[in-house]
Amino acid sequence: MSKPIEHDYIGLSEQQLPSMEKSSDKKDGLHLKDTELRLGLPGSESPEREDHDQNVLSLKSFVSGAKRGFSDALDGGGNWVFSGGSGGGTEGLFSPRRGGKNNGGKDLSGSDSGSVLKDGAARKPSVVQEKKPQVAATSSHGNGNIAPASKAQVVGWPPIRSFRKNTMASHPPKNDDGDGNAEAKLGSGCLYVKVSMDGAPYLRKVDLKIYGSYKELSSALEKMFSCFTIGQCGSHGVSGGDGLSESRLIDLLHGSEYVLTYEDKDGDWMLVGDVPWEMFTDSCKRLRIMKSTEAIGLVTRKCLLPNK
Amino acid sequence: MQKKMAYSFPDEVLEQVFSFIQSDKDRNAVSLVCKSWDEIERWCRRKVFIGNCYAVSPRMVIRRFPEVRSIKLKGKPHFADFNLVPDGWGGYVLPWIAEMAGAYPWLEEIRLKRMVVTDESLELIAKSFKNFKVLVLFSCEGFSTDGLAAIAASCKNLRELDLRESEVDDLSGHWLAHFPETCTSLVSLNISCLRSDEVSFSALERLVGRCPNLRSLRLNRAVTLDKIANILRRAPQLVDFGTGYYAAELQPDVFSNLAGAFSSCKELKSLSGLTSLNLSYATIQSPDLIKLVSHCPRLQRLLVLDYVEDSGLEELASSCKDLQELREFPCDPFGAEPNVSLTEQGLVAVSLGCPKLRSVLYFCRRMSNAALVTIAQNRPNLTRFRLCIIEPKTPDYLTLEPLDVGFGAIVEHCKDLRRLSLSGLLTDHVFEYSGTYGKKLEMLSVAFAGDSDLGLHHVLSGCESLRKLEIRDCPFGDKALLANAAKLETMRSLWMSSCAVSFGACKLLGQKMPKLNVEVIDETEPPDSRPESCPVDKLYIYRSVAGPRFDMPPFVWTMGEAVRILH
Repeated sequence: MSKPIEHDYIGLSEQQLPSMEKSSDKKDGLHLKDTELRLGLPGSESPEREDHDQNVLSLKSFVSGAKRGFSDALDGGGNWVFSGGSGGGTEGLFSPRRGGKNNGGKDLSGSDSGSVLKDGAARKPSVVQEKKPQVAATSSHGNGNIAPASKAQVVGWPPIRSFRKNTMASHPPKNDDGDGNAEAKLGSGCLYVKVSMDGAPYLRKVDLKIYGSYKELSSALEKMFSCFTIGQCGSHGVSGGDGLSESRLIDLLHGSEYVLTYEDKDGDWMLVGDVPWEMFTDSCKRLRIMKSTEAIGLVTRKCLLPNK
Repeated sequence: MQKKMAYSFPDEVLEQVFSFIQSDKDRNAVSLVCKSWDEIERWCRRKVFIGNCYAVSPRMVIRRFPEVRSIKLKGKPHFADFNLVPDGWGGYVLPWIAEMAGAYPWLEEIRLKRMVVTDESLELIAKSFKNFKVLVLFSCEGFSTDGLAAIAASCKNLRELDLRESEVDDLSGHWLAHFPETCTSLVSLNISCLRSDEVSFSALERLVGRCPNLRSLRLNRAVTLDKIANILRRAPQLVDFGTGYYAAELQPDVFSNLAGAFSSCKELKSLSGLTSLNLSYATIQSPDLIKLVSHCPRLQRLLVLDYVEDSGLEELASSCKDLQELREFPCDPFGAEPNVSLTEQGLVAVSLGCPKLRSVLYFCRRMSNAALVTIAQNRPNLTRFRLCIIEPKTPDYLTLEPLDVGFGAIVEHCKDLRRLSLSGLLTDHVFEYSGTYGKKLEMLSVAFAGDSDLGLHHVLSGCESLRKLEIRDCPFGDKALLANAAKLETMRSLWMSSCAVSFGACKLLGQKMPKLNVEVIDETEPPDSRPESCPVDKLYIYRSVAGPRFDMPPFVWTMGEAVRILH
């Protein structure tokens, strides 16, 4: 019973290998990675692929000897091998949808993400914009298209508690070398702030350092909180693609239903967007997506400061 | 006749005997001996530890152990510490408090780790347990100083309030004033996580002054040097003192200042009596660190930043022969270039010089197999070894080879190794070594490592004592997981994120293994909106006798029966 399954696995891998050979598109690292059983960082060397072949073969031999408690429990062969019947070709097999929703199959969120891989230029902003999975995936896929001045930070790496990270971020190390490095370091690190939304059952946290502008932040927040505006996601929401949710996504900076506000260092609640981005990230302690009706009394910094 | 004598051994005596048995493992063994022992034991079990709050329901615990006085609960998976678990995932303590409020009116101690604690929970604790003594909230969140005020006001016999590394909504420093003047029972107070600069300092002073048994005090940054001196004067009996992140603001003359502040405490003495030192928030430079450390020959535990540098660690190795635990953190983890001179040499020095070293957490930017082998050979008594080479997939800097051999030496020589975190460039070989030699390994953390499912298979099939496995960004997929599904029931939990496990495999696992909760976490879209062969973003599998939970947010799906996906 297990033999046919093993064979299918081997068959699975063999299916993938030719497509890897064929793919000469080395530039688009993501495509290559789509078809591999591996997630690797930039610079994953080809030699590893050869190991992969050997590993596949040795996998076959050990699986037959290995504990078969599980395979014994399976009913008749192969219904648990997800080979490419549905996937439409090998690209569908292990394509991480976070990197590219471009595989012929289901392309859910319609507009933007669908075009991600086709347009290399479009890729860069999406790296920075999208929150966690995107950042992690892209970094781990080592897409060469991304060449920002500083490396894209991988979420949760190095493994330092956010408590510690936030503490060090707010107390930058004092350098005695006197060449002003302390200021430079202030720019690194991360800065998690809580985001609450009126009516949402729980808070979220965002790292302000990931974003470079208000637009990126707004976009990310929309994605994060969109499931609340759709109404509970009880539908196991097809969250996109049917146009409905897109119209419900709020443009937090300019929309009418909600406004984005933040609490600054002095404890005042301000509207987001009035001050330069850098100043905002320095002074923002927490964010709140407030119903417009509630935000009537809120001031903008322009009003607070004379002659501004 | 003899049978009768054996059974006539009174329960009370057995109970008395059992009361000397404190460890959970032993207690569990006792309860397996026979039905009557099980019955006696469960009625006299006073302490319960639940490593995963979703593995069992509060009612089940209460039903089995009706007279508990002390409970310890853990919630979110460990990787939540690094923001890999989205907010709202779960880990709420309120259902537990609510059930225990009725069932355990004499509950004295609650210790929580990585759980969501609300003010409502804290208020319920304050109201429900008349003899409440110990509250430890380790890396928790969701509550404010209002909840703390309720605890302070109501808990007349509070001995311990420890909020280490929790996220507290610091609404006002006045909560401290809610401790009634009659409260004199405090033994330990840790409020170092409070971020606010406002602390009701006078309330704190009075509180400290009237608690003669106060042994351990950890304050936050609001308490400046001069105020510390005031406090210490009122609590000369302190043995453990921490200043939160205050030290970061100190000027270079920190050593003499600290020494001066401590000298009024006769039990803290000069620093020479210190066994535990946490300087991990102190940006003191190396020369001062060296001075500090050289005055603490009895040091057993040191937490420090990489400012200590190799030279500081060499000094540590020569001065502190009692050192058991070293934790070193990077002050600037995201900087591309190291700004301090800390390399693998520092760790090698400590491993050579400190014969009692058991536990290591070390961040560095380069490593070599040779260094790891040296460490392994010199310190076979290591029980915890967590190495983080900051850049993922960094090879041996001397040979450019993977670090398999080095870590292999660690697992091979350190036969009592219980916890291991891997980093650097690693192939499947390191997992082969781990599976072969890591027989006592209980917790393994893996990131950006391995080549294929073989790696995962080695670990799951070879590490007999494995309880917790957490993996991120590794090319491990369905094969190894499904082939070792039965193993998962012997473990507490498995976390896999950014790996290659397909949604279909998760569903299958969920269907076939009813004693496992297989949770798929995806914040961007539901997993069933893609082909089944697509890998899931995050996967958290844990054994449970409570069945699937129902407090999940919209982005978590529990894989269940054949037809539907529970949500």
